[in-house]
Amino acid sequence: MPKSLELMTVSVSETQELAEKIGGSLKEGDIILLTGDLGAGKTSFTIGLAKGLGIKELVSSPTYTIVNEYCGRHPVYHLDLYRLETLEEMEVIGYEEYYYGKGITVVEWGDKISASLPDDYLGVSFKRTVDNENSRHLIFKGSSAKFDGQIQSISNMAKEIGLLIIKDA
Amino acid sequence: MVKILAIETSCDETAAAVVEDGRKILSNVVASQVDLHKRFGGVVPEIASRSHQEVINPVIKEALETTGLEYSALDALAVTLGPGLPGALIVGVATAKAIAYAIKKPLIGVNHLEGHLFANYLQHPQVKTPLIALIVSGGHTLLAYVKDWGEYEVLGQTLDDAAGEAFDKIAKFLGMGYPGGAVLSKMAETGDPRAIDFPRAMMGSGDFNFSLSGLKTAVINYITKNKESITDDDLPDICASFEAAIVDVQVSKSIKAAKSRNVGTLILAGGVAANNRLRSELEKASKSSNIKFFYPSISLCTDNAAMIASAAYFHYLRKDFLTLAVESQPNMGL
Repeated sequence: MPKSLELMTVSVSETQELAEKIGGSLKEGDIILLTGDLGAGKTSFTIGLAKGLGIKELVSSPTYTIVNEYCGRHPVYHLDLYRLETLEEMEVIGYEEYYYGKGITVVEWGDKISASLPDDYLGVSFKRTVDNENSRHLIFKGSSAKFDGQIQSISNMAKEIGLLIIKDA
Repeated sequence: MVKILAIETSCDETAAAVVEDGRKILSNVVASQVDLHKRFGGVVPEIASRSHQEVINPVIKEALETTGLEYSALDALAVTLGPGLPGALIVGVATAKAIAYAIKKPLIGVNHLEGHLFANYLQHPQVKTPLIALIVSGGHTLLAYVKDWGEYEVLGQTLDDAAGEAFDKIAKFLGMGYPGGAVLSKMAETGDPRAIDFPRAMMGSGDFNFSLSGLKTAVINYITKNKESITDDDLPDICASFEAAIVDVQVSKSIKAAKSRNVGTLILAGGVAANNRLRSELEKASKSSNIKFFYPSISLCTDNAAMIASAAYFHYLRKDFLTLAVESQPNMGL
């Protein structure tokens, strides 16, 4: 079983603080798949990641354009599969060039088209909580045990910020 | 007389048009209209239309044939360089380069957002610069100061979701299908815009930026929290209150922008410019601030190539031509 980490943030700025730290640790070729309902915080998380990756441009939702490309310390591809339905449509946007290229790829609604899932990725899912409308549960889980080390370091980052760890196993 | 053939493929629509002197539309073909679907074989689905290759040649042919002109009668080729979807833009740019090379005419690159502004130029000869432009569409929400045609300064834009996107996402959440922004607006017409006090994000931020992600979340939270008591009868009020929250901020910032730059003209552009509430509230606020307000008819609000040809006219006058080595620019800013 690959390691998984569940933690809680109580505000958008806490989510972005963690994302910024994670962004600072990403390497060329990394793929991060973000999943969660509308308004769960996927774009907010990406804005934090981008900051950590040294992107100075304004990062906004790619729902309409499907792909936004940025240039920070590495090329960064921000994909959003919300409007896509089939593998064929994924092929039209040329997803393999992003997934298996030289940049860092962040994919919102990344699990939507299962046939297009990359071999190796770090998954982050976002869940709302019942009691507080600003807090979110974030669950980090890699596609394989290869990511255990990265998840351990995310756990350490979360502890540094003082986030509540719900599960670390 | 300057005749420009323009090609637009930045998003879902494949479009071509011929415009004379920036204002006289000789033809304007958009391959997402129903009759064209029939002519070009079946309905163009959301993403298949992104593979613009299938329809671009017949669309260009149609745009030229309607005018009765030969390629040799054209003065220049124009094309949308960006912003937009990389795979979509590249089709238009490659096609425009090929035609420009074959007919030995200059090639002009136009910014899609600049094109939206020219929907107003096409329709309203009385629009004069300097002016403030509010561009709202599926992918963009921004306020620009237009010192002169061709001279732009972005005053502010959305920090997260665009307005059209927020409409479509809330519509989908409410079960109105996707894209359902227009259905949501229709539903809002019979609702009370003051029924629910959704947040007016960035209203007092002192700048000209927008943020719609928080409003989207607030609407979703409201519906989730009141799931048991909400019935279909409440939907018009929810839609109207949501729409009012978006419109209020855009109206307030547009008027403030006009005052801050001391200009007497405001124009609205982009796909969401078709929204009735946005039009009527901007009209009211402009009137009471003594600002002239213009917006284009619906057919010119949505993506089309006539607006690109119109914008290209000014590039032509400045001899702002591209070499055939040019590439599309998916992240192009205004």
